[in-house]
Amino acid sequence: MTRVLLTGNGAAAWGARLARVDYVPAFPITPQTEIIETLARWYDTGEMRGRLTLLESEHSMITAAGAAAATGVRVFSATSSQGLLYGMEMIYTVAGWRVPFVLVNVSRGLASPITLESDHNDLLAARDSGFLAIVCATCQEVLDSVLLAYRLGEDPRVRLPVIVNLDGFTLSFTREPVEIPEAARAADFLPAFDPQGISFRASQPSSQAVAVLGGTPYSYFRYETHLAALNALPVYDEIAGAFEQCFGRAHPAVETYRADDADVVFFMMGAFATKAKAAVDGLREAGERVGLLRLRLLRPFPEARLRALLAGTRGVAVIDQNLSNGKGGVLHTELASALYGMRDAPLLASFVGGLGGRDIGAEEFYEMAAVTRRAAQGGVAPAPRLLYTATELREMRKLQAVAAVERLETGGGQ
Amino acid sequence: MYRIRFHGRGGQGMKTASRILGSAFFREGYEVQDAPRYGAERRGAPIFAYVRAAQRPIHERGGIAQPDLVVVADETLTPIPAAGVLAGVSARTVLLINSAESEDAWKARLNYAGRIVRLPGGGETRERAETATIGAICAGAAARLVGRISREALALAVDDEIAALGREAAEKSRERALAAFDALDFAEGCVMEGEAHDARGYAAPEWVELAAEAALAAAPDIRAVATSVEVRTGLWRTLRPVIDYDHCKGCSWVCSTLCPDSAIQVDAEGAPRIDYDHCKGCLVCVAVCPPHAIRALPEKDVQQAQEATA
Repeated sequence: MTRVLLTGNGAAAWGARLARVDYVPAFPITPQTEIIETLARWYDTGEMRGRLTLLESEHSMITAAGAAAATGVRVFSATSSQGLLYGMEMIYTVAGWRVPFVLVNVSRGLASPITLESDHNDLLAARDSGFLAIVCATCQEVLDSVLLAYRLGEDPRVRLPVIVNLDGFTLSFTREPVEIPEAARAADFLPAFDPQGISFRASQPSSQAVAVLGGTPYSYFRYETHLAALNALPVYDEIAGAFEQCFGRAHPAVETYRADDADVVFFMMGAFATKAKAAVDGLREAGERVGLLRLRLLRPFPEARLRALLAGTRGVAVIDQNLSNGKGGVLHTELASALYGMRDAPLLASFVGGLGGRDIGAEEFYEMAAVTRRAAQGGVAPAPRLLYTATELREMRKLQAVAAVERLETGGGQ
Repeated sequence: MYRIRFHGRGGQGMKTASRILGSAFFREGYEVQDAPRYGAERRGAPIFAYVRAAQRPIHERGGIAQPDLVVVADETLTPIPAAGVLAGVSARTVLLINSAESEDAWKARLNYAGRIVRLPGGGETRERAETATIGAICAGAAARLVGRISREALALAVDDEIAALGREAAEKSRERALAAFDALDFAEGCVMEGEAHDARGYAAPEWVELAAEAALAAAPDIRAVATSVEVRTGLWRTLRPVIDYDHCKGCSWVCSTLCPDSAIQVDAEGAPRIDYDHCKGCLVCVAVCPPHAIRALPEKDVQQAQEATA
């Protein structure tokens, strides 16, 4: 095993390489492009065997990925943000084909306005598609999760495509020490794909994923996809256990950090969760019993696990790096539904922060813990809070003042 | 934990500098995180890159709010607010600057409380061939100021990051990085590791409530025309394309069409005219000009010559 400095994008490419993927339909988009550039180089030099094809859009790319997966080969692709949205029609469509492949999504905030840095609304747009979703917090986890995702999606009890998610910039362009497993060990953990009847061939015409009209067949097929996604929960635990045995790294559906005796925990997903770990260390140092629960498996949603882990916890600071306009943070809603009806359920405080890559400061984590602790003591959930400071608002006012002056000068927008 | 920020312009190799320093720390047994941060812009735009290094796993992420060392490869960035060169500095932050001017001049100009060190061979970015190694020089100098990196680890780290660019580039970069490392023996170890953020007595964030405002104000609109003209992106240029009209054949559609910033207009006589207020110095025109009639000159030299004649 070699330990090297790798970006999240490099780690994703290494995951695909160790999974010995046969086919990569590709389309570039910042901050993902480095993944397909890396794979293209390896195919070119012969370090990987297979084929990479540049498509003309993400819509075609996802279609090609699903179609190729339907022939029974191992398929990998990658996208981000607007690209994922552009392919969204096919994201829902290919999930219904019940053929497995892995799609890496490098999270980036969605337009409008435009940004390049990370939040999770792109991933959440695919939440209800039938794709399973693993959300990473470190570069190591990106590599490991690609291998896990193939085992999970290809399992006959599941047979669904899987998104492996990493944050733009904070992981995609950030180098960290990553252990690259030996190829033989990776092959032991992830053997060649046994397609077991998945065998679509142009030379042997058949109709796959046929049109059905009417609610009766439609309900059946959609609910079967849901049940397969739920099956993926115990299957994931099994596979993560096998992975830990093989490589010594644990990747549970919900990562816990110093949460055992915690009376307040942070609940979040993605790379900023490691910042929460640093904050937990600081708070522990100061004598506060604070911990972290990090959601790794977004779909299927590990509901029972969360209920078990939160038994005895008094307050949860739910930090959403996303925003459902007209409702609020998505994880807050999801966790609230998971805990509904639970006796002595912890109080949830909702925070929205890190939109478009906006940083979350250490002092903000400390304050979120303090607010949540006070609310839990008082028994009343605080109003949802956007992490936004007076300094930021002053900066916004300055920009708006410039825009207003221009408006007056040009007479526009009256 | 060491927290180090490199500031430069796109094309000066700040990402490479951060990677060389990151690899050198890694070779010395440190846990490392290095990353560049940039937007949609390219050559000449202000960018920064950063390195964190510690003896235990690093949980912090994103930009560095309180740096132990700030490296400035291009002194012209200091007055540009968007470049954020001085963001979060304190009296314990060491500033390493590439400049021909003295440390005292910079201390006075920036009203800087901490220690300032000049990059060895400061200001030597005139020739294009030399510009390519400024990142390696910054990394070599930073390695010495930190004082935790051996000469050998630095040399190997340069190879780690530059070898792919060819033997000559790697040798040149290694030589320059080591020369900078050697020249700063007097300042070895002057950069101190920063502390972990203290959760006792922290300054609470000044969170504000956002109020709903009228859509006309709250939509991301600029209701004025041609505002991008107001942004003088020509300030980002380190190299200036100059058309030699004695050799220009007037095939202006080549340079004017391929200029990614539409900064080459064609005048009434059919001759190309470069808009230096907006040319970022990407040098695409230099590369594509069929009769090789566009030269690249160091911006600093051109400006000095202009000042001399003015």
